[in-house]
Amino acid sequence: MSEPLIAVAMSGGVDSSAVAGLLRREGKRIIGMTMQLWNQRRLPELQVEGATGRCCSLDDVYDARAVAAVLGIPYYVVNFEDRFEREVVQPFIDEYLAGRTPIPCTLCNNYVKFDKFLEMAEGVGAETVATGHYARLEQNQATGRWEMRKGVDESKDQTYFLFGLKQEQIARTLFPLGGYTKPEVRRLAAEMRIPVAAKNDSQEICFVPNGDYAAFIEAYFREKGINPRRTQGEIVSTEGQVLGEHSGVHHFTVGQRKGLGIAKGEPLYVIATEPASQRVIVGRNDDLMRASLTATGVNWISIDSPASPIRVQVKIRNKHVAAGATITAGSDGQTVEVRFDEPQRAVTPGQAAVFYDGDRVLGGGWIE
Amino acid sequence: MAHYFDHNATTPVSAEVLEAFVPMLSGSFGNASSIHAFGQEARQKMEAARREVAELLGCDPKEIVFTSGGTEADNLAIFGVLRREGLAGRHIITTAIEHPAVLNTCIELEREGAAVSILRVGSDGVVDPDDVRRTLRPETVLISVMHANNETGAIQPLTEIASLAREAGALFHSDGVQAAGRLPAKVRDLGVDLYSISGHKLYAPKGMGALYVRDGVKLHPMLFGGRHERERRAGTENAPGAVALGAACAWINHNVHEEGARLDGLRDRLEQGIQQRVPHVRVNSASAPRTPNTTNIEFEGIEGEALVIALDLAGFAVSTGAACSSGAVQPSHVLTAMGRSAAEAKATIRFSLGRSNDAAQVDALIDAVRASVSRLRKLSPTYSHV
Repeated sequence: MSEPLIAVAMSGGVDSSAVAGLLRREGKRIIGMTMQLWNQRRLPELQVEGATGRCCSLDDVYDARAVAAVLGIPYYVVNFEDRFEREVVQPFIDEYLAGRTPIPCTLCNNYVKFDKFLEMAEGVGAETVATGHYARLEQNQATGRWEMRKGVDESKDQTYFLFGLKQEQIARTLFPLGGYTKPEVRRLAAEMRIPVAAKNDSQEICFVPNGDYAAFIEAYFREKGINPRRTQGEIVSTEGQVLGEHSGVHHFTVGQRKGLGIAKGEPLYVIATEPASQRVIVGRNDDLMRASLTATGVNWISIDSPASPIRVQVKIRNKHVAAGATITAGSDGQTVEVRFDEPQRAVTPGQAAVFYDGDRVLGGGWIE
Repeated sequence: MAHYFDHNATTPVSAEVLEAFVPMLSGSFGNASSIHAFGQEARQKMEAARREVAELLGCDPKEIVFTSGGTEADNLAIFGVLRREGLAGRHIITTAIEHPAVLNTCIELEREGAAVSILRVGSDGVVDPDDVRRTLRPETVLISVMHANNETGAIQPLTEIASLAREAGALFHSDGVQAAGRLPAKVRDLGVDLYSISGHKLYAPKGMGALYVRDGVKLHPMLFGGRHERERRAGTENAPGAVALGAACAWINHNVHEEGARLDGLRDRLEQGIQQRVPHVRVNSASAPRTPNTTNIEFEGIEGEALVIALDLAGFAVSTGAACSSGAVQPSHVLTAMGRSAAEAKATIRFSLGRSNDAAQVDALIDAVRASVSRLRKLSPTYSHV
């Protein structure tokens, strides 16, 4: 039997290119695959020159192909556009219109990269996939359970987006960059003569040009010829006083200060959006503080659902500094009550609450 | 050792073509339009090649215009007819299964003011001449219908369409890129006025093609420059390419029937082998007359792009429909024009045979297809016969 085959998910960026280079250098049998997720020719009104966040542009495919050519590995482009639109783009839009703040990267990891891509890899004969995520995976030799740890480079750690991975997915996944810092990865890529070693990091949400998700949602509906349901409504203070009108709940996220269009003595922040009434509630910074939250759709990684309350650190958005908390899992393990030691600012429905013990990722769920 | 089953994409240069081609690069290097002996030597070899191409197509050598390939031949034929006079009010008829070299040329002309009718085809991938008849208008100046389809191999009813064109006073162009070399392609029998061929589909190098232009048909040139190719195609003649194309045609002129019969047998062996050993498959255009080397098979419940990759990694080169420029696979416009759903089109693989293939390779391919399809179907959420 020949050496097992590894499929490297290559985006054309420096990280996944370095993964291919590292595995190749170790003498592994690899193929490169680029997932075509979104057709950049759609929504042409959003295409301005120099826009950031252009996933799956032809340039990226050419870059990935050039890297594969330098490494001398077989390379393929696979088309997952239908899947991506159904599992990532449409839920992303639905969440915003429901007054929540979604994380498309997590949906993409759960339903595309570590689901459809794994299936495609297996179908073509690759038992294992490798990606450029900054996270570490190791199997606990005593229990056989796969555990996840933060990447060594804390500033690039991507475990916040990976909390949904199941044991059977992790067992077939390699994150070769988990032990490196980003500068080390760039240096390795340059050493290995990888053409994209100096390419800029990708930014924001890959299919939304310039991070303007409200414009994306409106353009998407125009393309589909659908009139989105009305999401305009009132801006209301925490005391129930009507302060103004807004043009749609999808323009607002909890903690936001800019773009309210209301002049008042003290700074005002979005405290909550009410999808039923389409109202946006605003208040003072103090009103944003929350001592607890409920997470649903919880997935456990490094541990099983704990039978009694445990002490952890919880991140409530990617750039949040994990805060001390006690968590209590419901009997099915799918719902978790989080009680913070200190109130946290801007607990945002639709974002994830991810539970850590130091750098170990215990699990996580969706903030209600 | 990988085996090549993608001859409709391109073919390797054959030994006899290489033997004719290489001496042209430095020995007989002259400019075929030069006065001196160097030029005359290149000219003589190029004109001998033109006679071989003319023999392949059963026409007079002066009716052959050398081009840079099939795409240029198609562009020259279509733009060349339409741009002789103003485009306004001119009408073209073509089909939904044409190669992009024809379809996108017609779409460009539509943008520039011509009227274009794109005919559907039957579920067997063949255009109905009655549809052509119904679509003809007094202002129809050109009909363009391919001789054989690149994906299914389905042969189109050119002679019937040719008589309709003649009655209507329209010119008739056919893209013969996938037919020439695989089928007899005598232009007088077919009744066409214009016929495109491509070198690299018939064991000559890439970057070489030809257009048959019936004597008396005037074309507006695409390229402006010197008075080459009887003022139909400016640019220093690619004498090495022409000589290579001539050598390829000479081989075909001697072998087309024998090689066609051999490929037909291998193709049937492949098709029957797959049908016997892999359940729930459908051969597209099975009821239509087809080129002898092509079979297009739908494997229910799988994704063709996964099967192509799996077979590539197992050492067999095959193809889905036409690959788009990024390399990602869109559902084939040919199969969707035949009424297949996007899922059915994406479950389809094209096998195209050629000179290098033999029965042992075909049998090994059948084994690899069976193994890969069975693995993919185990993983498939849509395959319902487990």
